[in-house]
Amino acid sequence: MYWDKKAETLSRSSLEKLQIKKLKQTLKRSLRSTFYRKLLKEAGVSFDSIKDVSDIREIPFTTKQDLRNTYPYGMLCVPKEKTIRLHASSGTTGTSTVIFHTPGDIDNWTELLARCIFATGCDSHDVFQNMMTYGMFTGGLGLHYGAEKVGMLVIPASSGNTKRQIKFMRDFGTTVLHITPSYLLHISDVLSKEEKIDPRELNLKAAYIGAEPHSETTRKKLEAIYGFHAYNSYGLSEMNGPGVAFECTFQKDMHIWEDHYIVEVIDPETGKNLPDGQEGELVLTTLSREAMPILRYRTRDLTRICKGNCPCGRTHRRIARIKGRTDDLLIVGGVNVFPSQVEHIIMKIAEVGTNYEIHLQKKGALDHMTVKVELNSKMFSGDIGFLNSIREKIAHALKDEILIRPTVELVAPGTLEPSMGKARRVYDNRKKL
Amino acid sequence: MAKQLSIFAENKPGSLEKITSILSGKNINLRALTIASSEGFGIFKVLVDNPVEAFDALNKNNIPVQIKDIVAIYIDDKPGGLHKAIRAISKHNINIIDSYGFVVESGKKAIFVFELDKPQEAIKNLKKEKIRILTDSELYSL
Repeated sequence: MYWDKKAETLSRSSLEKLQIKKLKQTLKRSLRSTFYRKLLKEAGVSFDSIKDVSDIREIPFTTKQDLRNTYPYGMLCVPKEKTIRLHASSGTTGTSTVIFHTPGDIDNWTELLARCIFATGCDSHDVFQNMMTYGMFTGGLGLHYGAEKVGMLVIPASSGNTKRQIKFMRDFGTTVLHITPSYLLHISDVLSKEEKIDPRELNLKAAYIGAEPHSETTRKKLEAIYGFHAYNSYGLSEMNGPGVAFECTFQKDMHIWEDHYIVEVIDPETGKNLPDGQEGELVLTTLSREAMPILRYRTRDLTRICKGNCPCGRTHRRIARIKGRTDDLLIVGGVNVFPSQVEHIIMKIAEVGTNYEIHLQKKGALDHMTVKVELNSKMFSGDIGFLNSIREKIAHALKDEILIRPTVELVAPGTLEPSMGKARRVYDNRKKL
Repeated sequence: MAKQLSIFAENKPGSLEKITSILSGKNINLRALTIASSEGFGIFKVLVDNPVEAFDALNKNNIPVQIKDIVAIYIDDKPGGLHKAIRAISKHNINIIDSYGFVVESGKKAIFVFELDKPQEAIKNLKKEKIRILTDSELYSL
């Protein structure tokens, strides 16, 4: 089942021709931002020299740091009045990565999600419960628009409040979920242990799982528990959000929409392009975005481009399940957190020292973060209320910055490794999903 | 005014030992000790024979410590003894932050130690009620 058969089954040669055409348009558009004007000029990239998709390799990479450096408007390529929405990923050291969208950008993004939804065999007959967080995070709103586009009945449930989520599923006969795999595991616990409901008795037929890495084993486990098909979803806010790559009903790797993105895999050390089939860092270029085109973006995600054609007939190549990251990003309950964000907050709180440790563990199926900090001897007032108020203050400040509320533990001064040198800051004791 | 120490300690094996070893190294004698604990950590409140020296020793070892004013009183070791003292404090709207007591002579005398928000005012009112307040040296040399 295709949403846009022509685009999805375009011959490889036509697809590549289209990519070259759109790449040239994108380069031209990108010159309107101060950042790319300088970057492309310094690299001496001329548009005429682009004859083949692989000529993109002349263009320097764009990194997350570039997005932070140009915050907030440095990469905008249209006047502000042409933009209608922004999304942001939680940023490190106080600066988030912000992506702007024109009406055309939102339409394109929505189209891609409609393709993804149809590729999983779902359509307007389905009731779609969107359990990703709404707001600045792209997971919620992105899929929401796509699901409405194909005519699904959308329940914008957002995340959390498990009992209510279960009630919605039962009352409205939800058939499709959009959810993180760990939350899905948690719900199955609540269903069987507290609600005494067999997850298979719900009306679910599919779940779109994303926002955190998971293995094929976890997918199989979820499918066995719920009796539905779980489809892997890949996206990142810099490339819109969900809908960059998605599994079709064959559930064998994720089609990446090559008429909207140029996909490359590079050696993260050398920056050299790797042939299909070889694992490396995914690099993506937007081909349609008007407000904020991004060229050769280093996603930091490790994957490979899969060889061979998919029996579904889509000509867009597939990328494999994400294997990991090339940086220190932590994904906690679907939320992206850099250890430096935690550090930044701790540094600002006078009652504690600057040393810290992040401990990640599972509470049931859910991720839980504990942050340990040393009490500052000089600020100690001698009563328990004071200590609890510091813990509350730190937990609150962290929640504001990283969007998740950790448990804060105060420890005696001198018990954590000092900030200087290569101290180990993160202890991830979670079992891999 | 008499003093005691409030010391931060993590709720884990060995943290109290570290404190007692520092104090014994300085030849400081513990008169009384209470622990208030919360999730993951606690506060030891210790009454010692030389609070200033104990404070310095702990401070030098980078242990979070604070010195606190306290009021220690003698009460009769019989029903109603404590009530009389508490009434003298509370009727003047003085708040008791923390307190503990111990018997020094069974059936005769007990000592109660109070950490208060208005210690000077408490002393005045306790004296009015003829409640005997321990002097610093009496308390430290118990």
